[in-house]
This record gives sequence, C-alpha cells and structure tokens, in this order.
Amino acid sequence: MPFQWSCFRTFGANNLEALRLPIWVKFLAFVTVISCVFLGFIVDVPRLDILNETIRNLFFHVTSWFAMVFLFLLSFIYSIKHLSSGLEMDDRLAKIFTEVGMVFGIAGLVTGMLWAKYTWGAYWVPDPKLNGAAISLLAYLAYVVLRNSFSDPITKGRVSSVYNIFAFVLMLIFIFILPRMTSSLHPGNGGNPAFSSYDLDNTMRLVFYPAIIGWILLGLWISEIKFRMEALQINKTK
Amino acid sequence: MSLSLVYTMLDSQPAMADLMRSNGKLYVVVGVVILIFLVLFAFLVFLDIRLRKLEKTKGSK
Repeated sequence: MPFQWSCFRTFGANNLEALRLPIWVKFLAFVTVISCVFLGFIVDVPRLDILNETIRNLFFHVTSWFAMVFLFLLSFIYSIKHLSSGLEMDDRLAKIFTEVGMVFGIAGLVTGMLWAKYTWGAYWVPDPKLNGAAISLLAYLAYVVLRNSFSDPITKGRVSSVYNIFAFVLMLIFIFILPRMTSSLHPGNGGNPAFSSYDLDNTMRLVFYPAIIGWILLGLWISEIKFRMEALQINKTK
Repeated sequence: MSLSLVYTMLDSQPAMADLMRSNGKLYVVVGVVILIFLVLFAFLVFLDIRLRKLEKTKGSK
C-alpha cells in the first residue's frame, strides 16, 4: 500500500471501517474553524485599494477552495489505490471525497461570484481563473455522472478511477497553472494583489494557515459521516 | 465643496470598515456568523451521534 494515513484505518479497506476519524480530529476541526471565523473578522488586515475589507475573504472563500483541492487529492489517491487493489471500498471513498469536495467547490464559486459583483461589477467575467474553476467543477460533475452510468461494479470502478485521475490533473492545470500563464483579474494572478509575500502579512498568515487546516478537517468529517451512512446502507442490503 | 469632503478626497488611505468598527456594530455580524457556524457544527455532532447509535444497533444483531 503506497499511502497510509495515520488517522485512517485503511488496512483491509474492503471492510466498512475504512474511514474513521478519531474524536480529537473533529474537535480540532471545530476549534480551528470557529476561532478562525471569529478572528477572520477581527484581525487587522493590510489596507489595499480595490480589495479593501474584502481581503478577509481569504479566510473564507480561499480556505473553501483549499478544502476542495485537498479532498480531490484524496479522491485522486484513492482512485489510484483502487486501480492497484481493485477493492470496491477504495472506489467508494474516491466517490465520497469527490462529492464532498464539489460542495466546497460550489461554495467557492458562489462566494467568488458575490465578491466579483461588488469588485468587478459583474457576477461572472470571462476570466481564465473563473472559467477554469467552472470547467474543473464540470469535469468532476462528469465524473459523478459517468460513475453512475455503469451497473457492473468492476467496470464502474475501473473507468471512473481512470477518469478521476484525468479530472484531477485537469483541475490542477485549469485552476493553478493556466491563470498564472495568462493575465487574470483574480487576486494572486497576473500581478494582482492577494496573498503574495508583499500583501499577506504575518497577522493574516496566523489566521489563514490554521483556517486551511480547520476547513480541510471539516471536509474530512463530512466525508466520514457520508461514508458511514453508505456503510450502513450496504449492511442493510446484505 | 465642503472642507470635510476635500479632506476625504485628499486622504490617500484606502477605504475600510472603520465606521462599523468604531460604533461596534461589526461585532453583531461576527456574532451572527459565529452562531451559524456553531449551529452547523451542532448539526454535524448530532448526525455523528445518530450514526453511532445506528451502528451500535446493527452490531448487536
């Protein structure tokens, strides 16, 4: 087994205990998210034109995207694991991480649109970062549709795992690479202010980094609950 | 043109929510958001406990 997460009992992943978070992980998620939401409003932020007070979106909008990327990374890992192990549970975990990741992605897209309305004057502008994010989410939507279109579990796992690996690479290119190669209006791209070394001061880092961890743990918690629900359903039909 | 407007125009500082902070109303919004997140977490804990109970009844059979 190439990947082993200390908090995941992935040994013999075909059992229904494959994803279990210890209680302290959930507690940590609670403490970090709540305190970072509070501090996100309170801490002093740099005074920048155009961004103004919306620089605080870094603690909410950006962390949501980070949670999505992390969950998609897990999904990608479990798809590779499924291709090497052939265990149905690995494919199921990949699906769950994708679904929960998409929730965070949609949250990121909608909050970004609200911000764009007040900063750029329109909910949607043809910008490489925005279009890339939308295309990535559509690619993952296609994963869910593709996976549901097979009735044979073996074909389902194989084909959707291969597609998921492709979708992850596509997401990385469309969100992280292409907007930096062309000019993008989005903060952090094409020389626009965001969390570069000049703009993100140390106070903001102190809130931003724990916030990322908190939101990722929150995503893991939701994934765990979804997984346990499906495990109960499988138990019922057996 | 009033003098205060001239001062505002000359002021090179980017606009921030200083007024909201000075009269303290910003903290009402913070309170609301914290409350929403607390409820969301309470719901997650509730789901977790419900699931644990269901899993226990499954195991006892």
